[in-house]
Amino acid sequence: MDDLLQEFIAETRETLEALSGEIVAWEAAPTDRARLDAIFRFVHTVKGSCGFLDIPRLARLSHAAEDVLAAVRDNKRVPDTALVNAVLAIVDRIGEIVEAIDAGAALDDASEELLITALAEDATPAAVPVHVATVRASSRSVRLNVDLLDRMMSGMSDMVLARNELARRLRDNVSDPHVDAALERLSLTVADMRDTVTRTRMQKIDALFSALPRMVRDTSAELGKAVNLVIEGSDVELDRELIELIRDPLAHIIRNAVDHGIESPADRLAAGKPATGRLVVSARQSGNQILIEISDDGRGIDVARIVSKAKDQALRTEAQIGAMDEDAKLDLVFEAGLSSRDTVTTVSGRGVGMDVVRANIEHIGGRIALCNMPGRGLRIVIHVPLTLSILSTIIVSVGTQRFALARQSIEEIVRVRGTQVRIDTIGDASAVAVRGRRMPLVPLAALFGLGDHDPGTLVIVSTREGDYALGVDDVLDAEELVVKPASPHVMATGVYAGQTLPDSGLPMLLLDGAGIAHVAGLRFSALAVAHDEAAADSVAGVQALLFDDLDGKRRVIALAVIDRVEPVATSAISFTAGALRLAIGGAIVPLHSVGTIGDREEVAVLRLTDGDSEMAYAIAEAIEIVELPPEMAPANGGGPIAGVVIIGGEQVELIDPHALFAGEPVRRASRPVCLLQSDSSGWMETFLKPALEASGYRCVTRLAAGETPAVALAMEDGPVEAVAAPIVTLRRNREGTGAQDHSIYRYDRPALIEELARRVAAQAGAQQEDSAPYIRAVTSGGAR
Amino acid sequence: MELFLIAHIAGRGVAIPAEQVGSVVDIGDVVAVPQAEAAIRGLTALRSRVVTVIDTGTALGLAPTPETARRAVITQVDGHDYAILVDSLEDVAPFERLPLSSGLALNHGWAAAASGLVDRDGEPMLVLDLTAVVPSSLPALVA
Repeated sequence: MDDLLQEFIAETRETLEALSGEIVAWEAAPTDRARLDAIFRFVHTVKGSCGFLDIPRLARLSHAAEDVLAAVRDNKRVPDTALVNAVLAIVDRIGEIVEAIDAGAALDDASEELLITALAEDATPAAVPVHVATVRASSRSVRLNVDLLDRMMSGMSDMVLARNELARRLRDNVSDPHVDAALERLSLTVADMRDTVTRTRMQKIDALFSALPRMVRDTSAELGKAVNLVIEGSDVELDRELIELIRDPLAHIIRNAVDHGIESPADRLAAGKPATGRLVVSARQSGNQILIEISDDGRGIDVARIVSKAKDQALRTEAQIGAMDEDAKLDLVFEAGLSSRDTVTTVSGRGVGMDVVRANIEHIGGRIALCNMPGRGLRIVIHVPLTLSILSTIIVSVGTQRFALARQSIEEIVRVRGTQVRIDTIGDASAVAVRGRRMPLVPLAALFGLGDHDPGTLVIVSTREGDYALGVDDVLDAEELVVKPASPHVMATGVYAGQTLPDSGLPMLLLDGAGIAHVAGLRFSALAVAHDEAAADSVAGVQALLFDDLDGKRRVIALAVIDRVEPVATSAISFTAGALRLAIGGAIVPLHSVGTIGDREEVAVLRLTDGDSEMAYAIAEAIEIVELPPEMAPANGGGPIAGVVIIGGEQVELIDPHALFAGEPVRRASRPVCLLQSDSSGWMETFLKPALEASGYRCVTRLAAGETPAVALAMEDGPVEAVAAPIVTLRRNREGTGAQDHSIYRYDRPALIEELARRVAAQAGAQQEDSAPYIRAVTSGGAR
Repeated sequence: MELFLIAHIAGRGVAIPAEQVGSVVDIGDVVAVPQAEAAIRGLTALRSRVVTVIDTGTALGLAPTPETARRAVITQVDGHDYAILVDSLEDVAPFERLPLSSGLALNHGWAAAASGLVDRDGEPMLVLDLTAVVPSSLPALVA
């Protein structure tokens, strides 16, 4: 709001200055229509702004003056001297008030009634009030033409380049410390200046957002919807020009959100949402980009409708649609000619579609991304560069040449040397598989005729149609460059986005990622299908963790088995009771280790679980998550190795978790509680408890609050309390008393264990509804 | 009378209207522009500007200007700077611009680039329109 007020003050002041000549001329010739019109326009503008800015005093004055002037224009009143004087007094007064607002000073409003009554037809010429001498606040701001700023900016760019050249020449020739020092100072000044000049072009994004409340209000009122607009981050600064360029796309997206996204209050209530829709517009800076996010809680995009529209309007064939994934289908909203609405409304249906929105945003080097939550809303994120003229790039080399590539289009840089990358020749085309993801390869050297050597580095370039790998010799550097358009026939090649003059003094071309894909003849739709098939395969594949084992070998284990990977102190590991055990979190877990732990102080362990029992596997180091290939060579020997698989061209042993768990007396992750209804002898605690605990039960003699036993044990002659669990009775004699006797001899360990297990299982079956408390949900992916 | 810069291109003397000549320089290293048409020799830095170097011979449909050619006339077309490579330069002198003689059959790019004649001591020379030498202004490339 403050910005708007400042703007109003600056504008009024400017108009007043321009108007002063008109006023004098009007005084001399009150019938001059042109002068009258100029003054009328002025008071009219002031009146309009006042209503918006809520300045009632100015509004009253300008309204009164406007009425009188309108009457004059309609020839209802004659502009006599008294009228002219009264109007001019009001114009002066407006000026004074504006100055007072700017200076933050109070201004007495006593004489304003007089001024207004002086306008009346029968007013006696009132003494024109003595002007209060107002102190004009010395202005600290200047209104500038954007063209001037642009010239300043381009001059600045030239200055940077000139400095670079000077530095280069000096480096080549003389080495005078004085000259070097002077150059150093110049460089600093220039860099500083460049920052400042860049900032002059910056404007708070509030300039863009301040118009939104009104727009949302009007639009929602027109459509009979209730929308609550939340604006965040309006103090983020952005290049002025960009603000202008995203104004229309943003307005369009917001109108869309209100029109198509947010439902009518009745529909919202029916869908169980609050009647008032919520629209959040936020801006934030992320690196050298500004992210503008528009999210609503409306109905989202109906992808099926979009798809059928695309089919109806013959934008895509059935087969093409069949090959699309959800994202690709969603992207159809950006298709030219596709309108998701059946009836055109006055609000959104203005012939500007999302295709234009996207084109406009991409034109300024931005991106637009959709996040659709059908039934729950839509989030649109617009990425725009901070400034138009300085671009963050990486420099690549091909043969003897260097090229720049905009960083925003680069997804990843990978060296070909590693085992992660495989280059295949498919027909006469090349493709790469980077960590199992296949994409087309464009060797820049071959495309540009700069030799046919194999690329040493791949730059994964992300374009609107799809991703591809650009093969270059090397990635040299990252640089912020002042990029200018190249001459038309350089641009006509379609592979360049501009030219620049870096510090090296040799001109350099900025590559256009999407253009190269086009010139190289990449057709992404076909490849997208292949990619989908690959994706389908990968879903079938099992994710696994590749790790270095303690014996130095590289092994792999299915990820789902791993609950988590954590480092433990080796002091917690000891060889007790015939096996390695790990004390962790107050529990003892069997530990499998293929090598010696040695003198490490800490070792990483994989906490493995099969759902209800746990064990640990000591490893040297976790490497990465890989996908298991479908083929495996089975192992010859026993042991917890299932076989050998090929990962990244290497033979890797695959751990057999089945064997691991089968071979260990495992401890249940969550043990069933066995309630011992002990008599005073303490036999149960002393004799029975260790045996039962070894079999995976947790024995208690008294239930903790809220604890339910899975099973209870009682002596035939001991006290028996009623508990919500099956009770197994133990007898002291080896022989039972008959067929009706279901008790178990207290030293018949196998029978006791079996009976306990049977009763627990029967109990668990009965409780299936609440999924037997001791079965823990398998957590997968916990190792990440 | 009009001022012309007398130059030699592809072994022939031509008169370049002085108003089209920004400056006359010896260009430095040229960076090739892969994928660009043959008439684009590349880019070079001229002070702090990047200029597009035109292989004048190729642009006129004649034998390519040798790689060693360094002397160039700088001209500006549609806001972009171009270096038009020449064999050699003579001097600037005023001449009367004459219309192309009727029946003069010009081939190659000469037809598009020649906009008149001057008479230097009895020797006729074509007036070369630099804007027509720059390939982007040839009709084929306007689209």
